[in-house]
Amino acid sequence: MSGPVQQLAPAVAAPEQPRRPAVRRWPRWATPVLVFGALIAYPFVLQDSAAHNIGILALTYAIAASGWNLLGGYTGQVSFGHALYFGAGAYVTALLVRAGWSPWLAIALSLPIAAAIAVLTGYPVFRLRNHYYSIATIAVAEIAFLLVTNTSWLGRANGLELPITEQSLANLQFSLQDKRPYYFVALALFALAAGALALFLRGRAGSYVRAIRDDQFAAAAVGIPVHRYKLAAAMVSGAVTALAGGFYVMYVLFIDPQSGLGLDLSVSFTLMAVLGGAGRFWGPLLGAWVLVIVQDVTRHEFSGTGRSVDLLIYGALITIVAVTEPGGILALAQRLAKWARRTAGRTEATP
Amino acid sequence: MTDLAQAVVNGVLIGAVFALVAVGLTLIYGVMDIVNFAHGEMLMLGMYSSFFAWSLFGLDPLVSLPMAGFAIALTGALMYYGVIARVLGKSPLAQIIATFGVQVFLRGLAQFLWTPDTRTVTSPWADDLRLEVAGVVIGGPQLIMAIGAVVTTGAVALFMNRTKTGGAIRAAGEDPAAASLMGINPKRMYALAWVIAGAATGVAGGLLMNGYSSSPTAGVTFVLMAFVVVAFGGFGSIAGAAVAGLLVGVAQGVVGLYAPSYTLAAALALYLLVVLVRPQGLLGTR
Repeated sequence: MSGPVQQLAPAVAAPEQPRRPAVRRWPRWATPVLVFGALIAYPFVLQDSAAHNIGILALTYAIAASGWNLLGGYTGQVSFGHALYFGAGAYVTALLVRAGWSPWLAIALSLPIAAAIAVLTGYPVFRLRNHYYSIATIAVAEIAFLLVTNTSWLGRANGLELPITEQSLANLQFSLQDKRPYYFVALALFALAAGALALFLRGRAGSYVRAIRDDQFAAAAVGIPVHRYKLAAAMVSGAVTALAGGFYVMYVLFIDPQSGLGLDLSVSFTLMAVLGGAGRFWGPLLGAWVLVIVQDVTRHEFSGTGRSVDLLIYGALITIVAVTEPGGILALAQRLAKWARRTAGRTEATP
Repeated sequence: MTDLAQAVVNGVLIGAVFALVAVGLTLIYGVMDIVNFAHGEMLMLGMYSSFFAWSLFGLDPLVSLPMAGFAIALTGALMYYGVIARVLGKSPLAQIIATFGVQVFLRGLAQFLWTPDTRTVTSPWADDLRLEVAGVVIGGPQLIMAIGAVVTTGAVALFMNRTKTGGAIRAAGEDPAAASLMGINPKRMYALAWVIAGAATGVAGGLLMNGYSSSPTAGVTFVLMAFVVVAFGGFGSIAGAAVAGLLVGVAQGVVGLYAPSYTLAAALALYLLVVLVRPQGLLGTR
């Protein structure tokens, strides 16, 4: 945090750090390089199509969950309705591609539309706080779900199919034998989303939204335009989530209300971000991979019985996270690392 | 005209059930400022306990009501001690996510144990019951659900407002520090609130089996309506929930007459309107 907000922090002096051997600081660029290195290597290490499919879905959901993270994790506005933006991206892209547009242009146009929806719905709803806000986001997304389900030119409950065209990067359609092109498009889009989010979070806006999360009244008291910055975060968050929706519809070439706007979808974005680490940059990416893999493994295990354990596992994980470490897996890992370092320092100091 | 009268009567009858479903939610909120996102799943478990009492032991849903109430009261106690007590005083994010995780967990549990199939109880005597007044028909199951809901809601309201224990729970909710100076253990009162909310919700689930079928997602629609009712009546107010339940039921009935696909959308729009225009609700204070 920087800027005027700092003055509000309790004037307690930081406890004296115990002396420990100088640890070399983890350089800023190291994490992104490692993350993207691993993501680029993944489809070459695991060669089969099923693994590529997992990767594509995980990256798509990682984009959406990262979008959620800006609003839910960094700004503290827990949305249970982010399927609204995913659906906006998917439906706008589907409609325009069916009308003969280039998918790239269609996706690009769906982003400002999603941002506009975020402003229109957010303008009234952001006056609400905590659970009032969370329930309101469910209400808005469910209303959109019901409207689409009853609108004939949006395909009602049957959904919209997209035409299969010539395979090329321009058409964003590739062979289904080797799905790696889809994977790398998803990865490029994730990089784009991560870049946009990093830019937003690094600037003044980033400090402001964190201040709003920590204490909205204190933030307002030091002159931060709370409502305006909530809206700004919602715009970027909605656009990033719509990017995932646009790519998703080009990958599966089909969208219906359940897969594009359903409450379950909103819920899974939240689960991913929170599990990995809400308010931590790489949290949603980690959470998305964990959830997609859990889903894949358990679906195979119980296929045909109609039973599934994935929800059971997600629910238990999320509850454990909330009770023990609301910062998610990444915060837990950080705490473990700190603990390990401290014990290592102590054993060194004893002799 | 008869159509409208029928819609209003149907609305009043289902509204009484909405009110009962909302009671547990509003009680927890009033006492500890926590919205239980797993409320619909507690209702769903109540429906399943009623179903199994019928399918395994042949008990009519009305006979097994106390069991459904007891089972979900126990669930409430488990949830309080297992999860809620551990997030008290933590950030709103942690609290929202905690009950939300329980929601996903319970739904997953139901899906795993009992598959996504819908389960229905057939109760011949209730189905045969039928009242007709001036062209307006009242079905037996509807009537049973409504009467049961009114009685249960009334019982919870009386307990909270007229008994010493109910007063102690409210005191712990209003000011835990002052309450503990009066010899009240706030933590125990919180747990008791969860037990009572669970019992009311379990009974609601048992009543619902007279007219609805159970499935892992059976609680979703009802909990959305309960959110609307609780916001409308004022978060935390039991009397407000009772009045709002009836109003929302009637509104839903009348909207259903003209635009049947938009009843839920209308209710959700009502939620948005209420929280934005009058956040304290009809009978809420603050």
